[in-house]
Amino acid sequence: MIIDLFIWGGFAALIWINRRRPLLWPLLALALLLLFNRFATPGFFGLEIRDGRLFGTLVDILNQGSKVMLLALGMTLVIATGGVDLSVGAIMAIAGAVMAQLAGVSVPLAIGGGLGVALLAGAWNGLLVSAFRIQPIIATLILMVAGRGIAQLVTDGQIINFEQPSLVFLGNGTLFGLPFTLALVLVMFALTAWLVRGTALGLFIESVGDNETASRFTGLPAQRVKFLAYVFAGFCAGLAGLVAAANIKSADANHAGLYLELDAILAVVVGGTALTGGRFQLAGSLVGALLIQTLSTTLYARNVSADIAPVPKAVVILAVCLLQSPVFRAKLAGLGRFLPLKKGGVA
Amino acid sequence: MNLAKLRPSPQTIPVFASVGVLILLYLGGCVAFDNFGSLRVLINLFGDNAFLGVAAVGVTFVILSGGIDLSVGALVAFTGVFVASLIGHGLHPLVAIPLALAFGAGFGALMGTLIHLFALPPFLVTLGGMFLARGLAFVVHSESLSIDHPFYGEFISQTLSVQISRKLSIPFTAFALIAVVIAASVLARWSRFGRNVRAIGSSESSARLMGVPVGSTKILVYTLGGFLSALGGIVATFYMQSGNPASFVGLELDAIAAAVIGGTLLRGGVGFIPGTLVGVLILGLIQTLIIFQGSLNSWWTRIAVGGLLFVFIMLQQITSRRSA
Repeated sequence: MIIDLFIWGGFAALIWINRRRPLLWPLLALALLLLFNRFATPGFFGLEIRDGRLFGTLVDILNQGSKVMLLALGMTLVIATGGVDLSVGAIMAIAGAVMAQLAGVSVPLAIGGGLGVALLAGAWNGLLVSAFRIQPIIATLILMVAGRGIAQLVTDGQIINFEQPSLVFLGNGTLFGLPFTLALVLVMFALTAWLVRGTALGLFIESVGDNETASRFTGLPAQRVKFLAYVFAGFCAGLAGLVAAANIKSADANHAGLYLELDAILAVVVGGTALTGGRFQLAGSLVGALLIQTLSTTLYARNVSADIAPVPKAVVILAVCLLQSPVFRAKLAGLGRFLPLKKGGVA
Repeated sequence: MNLAKLRPSPQTIPVFASVGVLILLYLGGCVAFDNFGSLRVLINLFGDNAFLGVAAVGVTFVILSGGIDLSVGALVAFTGVFVASLIGHGLHPLVAIPLALAFGAGFGALMGTLIHLFALPPFLVTLGGMFLARGLAFVVHSESLSIDHPFYGEFISQTLSVQISRKLSIPFTAFALIAVVIAASVLARWSRFGRNVRAIGSSESSARLMGVPVGSTKILVYTLGGFLSALGGIVATFYMQSGNPASFVGLELDAIAAAVIGGTLLRGGVGFIPGTLVGVLILGLIQTLIIFQGSLNSWWTRIAVGGLLFVFIMLQQITSRRSA
């Protein structure tokens, strides 16, 4: 009961605070989905403390969703510059593979190596997009195709296991009774939010995404801004790759991060950032990632097979696309003027 | 005789380059390995990659129009399971196959309609299509389903294939691939539809101002893409004699890579259907080379394809900048 009060009170407050902001729609969707589970899925809101650690479906959602949340942070900035990064799933696989290979040597080296490779991969993408002016979908497609091959090269096609407690902590550790991954996401979010809203960088990014030529004429280093966005996305993918590997105590080059780039893009779009670039919603992307994870968890909790789970995901994608389409909203507005779907709604 | 006409235009340089790579790879394989030059390898190259080729032709059309189609792999897998399941329920393949083709075309038409009517990004809509088709494939049947029908056994793999010698025959799939490539080349090059597609890919607003029926053409392009994906799925069932909902993950990437290597510009408007066939054959040759080599592992395929993709994209970048 106390949990109920806490959760729904929190949601009501958040929705009220954001009633005039783009964050309203993803928040409402998440609240509705949770409300559905509150009554339809028994045990969904059950929480218990065991060994000083909180257990329950809600905690699982936060823990499982952490990878997409990390990816979505980087993806938001890339999409805001008017690009997209298809290679983040492959970068996750490479980072995890490098960490697992170096785990036996030393833990700091393993973490540093994994993140270092991810930064390099991001820089490669950034270089192709900014210096060589290659369309982002295509530029990052190269690493998406080759990345898993590189990861398999690193692991020699094997699944590499590791047992180092400090590495396993990355994916399975507990901090203040909550998953360590959650703390990681919050720190990264705070850092990113400060970077883009505490400095002018966020404005630079939005400006480049809105109109690159005009930004260049006003003296913005448009190509450098883009380059940095891809490097940052690479770093986020690296972190997510380390978490994914630590979760299962092994690096699986074939399956680590498979299709997560699509989930990350979806999270960003659901969160209210348009694929065309420009204005972005960092917090919206996190809510979007949570929405996707809650949807998956709901389906599993209701015994829907993991294979069929893509179908509802497809429905969500199409629904969000339609809601964001100006044409669709104009048509809806034509049908009934009472619908609050005018310009200020979803970005 | 006008010599300037003989000089290749900048846009055809990538196509010549990919033909060069194809010949080099083939000759290199012939020099390095015994039996690589045998007719069997050549026939298998066409037969084994036919489903990829057919699907890649569809993707090329979509890219020509300035769009992208991510649903290919899932739709190929769906078609396979769908046909296998229909035949398993007692339908004759000659009924099941048109049904599957119609479903593919309808699926593409639906995506195209959404993209055109609501001005949605093709990337997201076809991504939704990919999830939908993949999920539906598992709804139809959750495991691999083998096709056990005399039509498949005798008619396709014996009557319709051409026996060359006692041990060697050209499979029907190879003919299907070549027929699709020829038909699509004609359609892209010499039909009003093909010209409209390329006009839209070059500049949608100019095309609209010139009176090109943008909406119907765009919907038709995705319909054609869905149809060819389904046809690719049918060809794959001829080849594998089964349908598997979990198969062909990432086939869309190979198809896009083949189109790019074959000289299709991803920003639309410029492309060449036979080039896509060259791209598919290059991907197939890399795989064959790695199998012949023996000690190299399969993941080198992906790295080699990625590297090749990089080279050709850079080539496109350089040549298109010069022509601009």
